[in-house]
Amino acid sequence: MTDNLQGESSGDRPPTDFEQIGSEILATGQFDVWVSQGFGWLVAGIAGLTTLLLFWIGWVIFERAQPAIQAFGWGFLTSQEWNIIDLKFGALPYIYGTLVSSAIALILAVPIGLAAALVTSEKFLPPWVRSPLAFVIELIAAIPSVIIGLWGIFVLIPVMQPIQLWLYKNFSQFPLFSTEPFGPGMLVAGVILAIMILPTIAAISRDVLLAVPSDLRTASMALGATRWETIFRVLLPTAVSGVLGAAILGLGRALGETMAVTMVIGNSAQISPSLLNLAYTIPAVLANEFAEALDDLHIGALMYLALILFGLTLAVNVAAVFMVRVLNHGR
Amino acid sequence: MEDNFNPDLRDLISPLPLGRSLFSAGMTAIAFLLTGLALLPLLAILAKILIEGVPHLSWEVFTSLPAPVGSQGEPNGFANAILGTLIMVGIGAVLSIPIGVLTAIYLAEFGKGKPIASILRFMVTILSGVPSIVVGVFAYGVIVLTFKGFSALAGGFALAIVMLPVVTLATEEALKLVPTPQRLASAALGANPLQTTFRIVVATALPGITTGVLLAVARAAGETAPLIFTALFTQNWPEGLLKPAPSLSVLIYNYANSAFVEQNQMAWSASAILVGMVLLFNILSRLVINRRLEK
Repeated sequence: MTDNLQGESSGDRPPTDFEQIGSEILATGQFDVWVSQGFGWLVAGIAGLTTLLLFWIGWVIFERAQPAIQAFGWGFLTSQEWNIIDLKFGALPYIYGTLVSSAIALILAVPIGLAAALVTSEKFLPPWVRSPLAFVIELIAAIPSVIIGLWGIFVLIPVMQPIQLWLYKNFSQFPLFSTEPFGPGMLVAGVILAIMILPTIAAISRDVLLAVPSDLRTASMALGATRWETIFRVLLPTAVSGVLGAAILGLGRALGETMAVTMVIGNSAQISPSLLNLAYTIPAVLANEFAEALDDLHIGALMYLALILFGLTLAVNVAAVFMVRVLNHGR
Repeated sequence: MEDNFNPDLRDLISPLPLGRSLFSAGMTAIAFLLTGLALLPLLAILAKILIEGVPHLSWEVFTSLPAPVGSQGEPNGFANAILGTLIMVGIGAVLSIPIGVLTAIYLAEFGKGKPIASILRFMVTILSGVPSIVVGVFAYGVIVLTFKGFSALAGGFALAIVMLPVVTLATEEALKLVPTPQRLASAALGANPLQTTFRIVVATALPGITTGVLLAVARAAGETAPLIFTALFTQNWPEGLLKPAPSLSVLIYNYANSAFVEQNQMAWSASAILVGMVLLFNILSRLVINRRLEK
C-alpha cells in the first residue's frame, strides 16, 4: 500500500531496501492496512461514480426522450413545426437559432479576445497593469447569466436599436439586414453571447501566448522585426492551435448559454436570413416550456432537444479539450 | 563622409520605414481599442447595478416577502428568495464538496500516473462543459418526474452537479501543489495513506480547496437555468425540501420580464446582492491564491 504514497519516486525504479523495510513496518498493523486499502477503494469508487454521472445524464435524457424519438425519429431534426396543441414537434428553427447566434458570437469575440490576450500578455503595459487587467476581463465570466440578460433587456437593446435601424435603412438590400428590427433578435443575442464567451477566449489565448518561449520573440526582434511583425509572423502561428482550442471552447459555452439569450433573442421559432429578426434557441425553448410541459410527448420532444444540445456540446467540448491537450504535449 | 558608409550599415541606423512604423502604431491602437471594448460591458453592467440596484437596498428587502403588485406602503422584499438560494446552494454544497474532494484525492494521490486517472480527469473536464440547462433537464428527469413535483431538492441536486467539476478540478490543482517530500516525510513517520492524505496533504492544500469551494458556491448562487423548472418559484417562504422553492436568480428572471416598473426595480436590487456576493467570492479566492504563490 505504501507504493501509493511514494507515487512518483518509486514509479521508475525498484524499491530500495529502506522502502521495503518501511512498508513492512507499516504492514504490521492489520487494521492500518485494512483502513488504507478500504480508503483507496473508496476514493477510486467515488471517482468512478463522478465519471458515471456523465453517462447517467446522457442515459436519463435519452430514456425520457423516447416518446418523441419513436414518434418523430430523425425527421425531428428537419421539421419546422412546433405545435403544442396538435403535439407536432420539429427542432429545425431551434437548431438554426442556436448555431447562428453562436456563430455571430464567435465572429465578434475571437478578434476582441485575441486583442485582449495580446495586450495582457505582451509587453505593451507594465506588469502591474497587465495581470489585474487580465483578471478584470475574466471577471465578466463570473457575472451570472441572468444579470447579463437583465442588462441586455434594459441597456443593450436600447443602445443597439439605433444601430440596427441604421443597418436596416442602409443595407436592407442584403438578406442579413432585410427585416425591420424589433429590438430583441438574433444580432443582440449574438452580441450578448460574444460578451459572455470573450473571457474564455481571452484567458486561454493569453495562457497560450504566455507559454510561447521568449527565445522566439527575442530572435525575431533581433532579426529586425517590429513587435507586430513578431506577433503576426512568429507568435500567432506558434499559438494557433491553442487559440483555435479557445475558440472551440467558447463555441461550446455559446451553444449551451441559456438565460441571457432567452431574455434578448425574442423567442420566436422561425428561420429568417435576417439577423435583425427574432429567433429562438434550444436552451431558450427548454427554459421557457419545461415548467409548463404536461403531455408525455411534449416532455419527450423537449428531452429530445436537450439530447441534441447535449450531443452537440459534448462533441464541441471533446474537440476543444483535445485541441488544448495536443498543444500542451507539443511543449 | 557619407560616401564612406556601407549602404547596409546605413539601413541599420536609419529609422524604421514609414509603412512599417505606421502598421505597428496602427495595430497597437486597434489592439487597445478592442481591449477597451472588452472591458466596456463589465463596467457598464457594474455601473448600472450601482445606479439602479444599490440605492434601493434597505432592511425591508432582506426581511420581507414580495408585496403584491400595486400595494402602496407595504414592506416589499425578497427574503424568501435569499433563503431559498441559501438552502439550495447548501444542498448543492453538501452533495458536491465531499464527492468532489474525494474524487480529486483519487485523481491527485491514489490514481496519479495511472491511465485510468487521466481518463477520469478528462470526463470531469467534459462534465464541466455540459450546459447548465442540460443539467437542469437531467434533474427534472431524475427528481421532478420521479417525485411528481417541482422541489428545492431537485434544484439543489442540479446545483450539486454544476458545482461538482468546479470543486474537483480546483481541489486536484491544490493537491498537486503539495510537495512530494511532505508525503514521504509523513509516510516515513509511519502514517498510513489515510492519515497522510488528510492530516498532511488535504490540510496543506486547504486554502486551494477553499478557493475552489468559494468559486463553486458563487457559480451555483447565480445559476438560473437549472432552477426554473426544477425548483420553480414561489412568492412565499420555502416550505420544505419537496416543495417548490424561490431563488434570487429566478426572481431576477421573472421580474426582468415583468411589465411593472417596481418589479424591474426589485430585479436590479436582487442583482446588486447577487453580483456583490459573486465578486466578493471571486476576489477572495484570488487573494487566497496570490498569498499561496507569494509564500
